[in-house]
Amino acid sequence: MNKRKVTFTVNGERHELVVEPNELLLNVLREKLGLTGTKYACGKGQCGACTVLVNGESFLSCLTLAVAVDGAEIRTIEGVAEPDGTLDPIQEAFLDSSAIQCGFCTPGMVLMGRELLNRNPRATEEEIREQIKGNLCRCTGYFSIVRAIKSCCEK
Amino acid sequence: MIEAEYVAPSNLGELFKSIEGRAERVKFVAGCTNVLPDLRAQNPAPMLLVDLTGIEELRRIEENNGVISIGSLATMTELAASEIIRTHGPILASAARALGNPLTRNRATIGGNIADASPAADTAPPLLALEATIHTEGASHAKREIPVEEFFIGPNQTVLNQGELITRITFPIPKDPSASSHIKFGLRNAMAISVVSVAVVLEMQGNLCHRARIALGSVAPKPIRAYLTEKELEGRKITEEVLESCAEVVKKEISPITDIRASAQYREHVTGVLLKRALWQAAREGENSTNGNI
Ligand SMILES: Cc1cc2nc3c(=O)[nH]c(=O)nc-3n(C[C@H](O)[C@H](O)[C@H](O)COP(=O)(O)OP(=O)(O)OC[C@H]3O[C@@H](n4cnc5c(N)ncnc54)[C@H](O)[C@@H]3O)c2cc1C
Ligand code: FES
Ligand code: FES
Repeated sequence: MNKRKVTFTVNGERHELVVEPNELLLNVLREKLGLTGTKYACGKGQCGACTVLVNGESFLSCLTLAVAVDGAEIRTIEGVAEPDGTLDPIQEAFLDSSAIQCGFCTPGMVLMGRELLNRNPRATEEEIREQIKGNLCRCTGYFSIVRAIKSCCEK
Repeated sequence: MIEAEYVAPSNLGELFKSIEGRAERVKFVAGCTNVLPDLRAQNPAPMLLVDLTGIEELRRIEENNGVISIGSLATMTELAASEIIRTHGPILASAARALGNPLTRNRATIGGNIADASPAADTAPPLLALEATIHTEGASHAKREIPVEEFFIGPNQTVLNQGELITRITFPIPKDPSASSHIKFGLRNAMAISVVSVAVVLEMQGNLCHRARIALGSVAPKPIRAYLTEKELEGRKITEEVLESCAEVVKKEISPITDIRASAQYREHVTGVLLKRALWQAAREGENSTNGNI
């Protein structure tokens, strides 16, 4: 196989890596960069646990080849809080609304919320529900997640 | 896991150069939402992955002399947001909005959707009803223009040759784009593959239907045009009775199967119901807009 050199930024930090053409972005993040906040569940695009932002847009990292994000700017759940550890308002909102139970869906949910708020700070409840359609949660029943994202919207 | 070589050409010239003499091993990849799950389920022979996503010229959505042209790399998110598509092909924008979920729509391309050729491919019924043409380019630059109704052969089968690329998809702007309607019916709101989907494009004069293009998804081995039903409708006024007879005729030209999502009998019934609803909506919009013109 022809290994390739790729360069991308993850949470503001530049990485230069050599990857196989068949390597998934998800595995590179978790295994090569140790960023295990991004979760591996179905591996088929069905659950959203592996969500990351690529150039600001939500991507399923289990369906993304690492070679294909050469040059991109990637944000994972580890890069949502400030570097000094101060949580993002949306992370505070998830805590305040008890929107986290087992936590497996949380990285994806927070990033989907972040993407929506960046694009549309006045999202309605319907738009929030539409936004998280592809992210499964087996614990919360979604209500508290929707409430958390909603509480970050401008009135 | 798959064994593969990978190339990411940045234009069509580079692409055809990189696959020269190797067409039989080529696997195009765009949004990867079909390719990666498929390849990981199989154990395929070593292949040459050709990543299309860097080819900017395949992304354009434009209007030229009454014809809409969509680059094969346009994503569902882009189609749903495009002013050109919303104005001139609203049923295609509707289908793009209805596919999967936001995470899938950000990646899923129109070229990948039709090349994958699922009987449930969401963009297929609108493209059939809009009488779209698929433009392709193969090795040694052989170009083809394939009417979409000849493009699908069966489940996940198309007339594409190995190494033949879909470059763009075109359709003529309908006389009255508002006299059209698209309904996707799934078992739940989130992420559902359709049980039945219907797309219609009508030409109306008042309440009289001059011309009808009707297409259906998930009710045959491939997405289909409902030619008999179109004949049944053309030249007649849209009344309850006419719609009822269309719903009967359409049952003769579909061949639904029973699967995990629904039984054949259920699909047959729902097709009739959705067809009536879609025709009614399209006719009402068309009537309003022709009245407005007079
Ligand atoms: C969670 C989830 C939900 C989904 N829901 C739906 C749904 O509701 N409705 C629906 O219709 N589909 C759905 N899909 C399927 C899929 O997202 C779509 O079919 C999508 O449009 C495929 O596009 P892609 O760019 O990802 O294709 P890819 O996976 O990159 O490619 C698909 C196939 O097309 C070929 N190909 C791609 N581009 C070209 C080209 N330009 N020329 C020639 N061949 C090409 C590839 O070689 C491959 O065989 C879903 C998928 C997932 C993971
Ligand atoms: S692990 Fe990627 S969608 Fe489930
Ligand atoms: S909190 Fe457990 S899956 Fe969502």
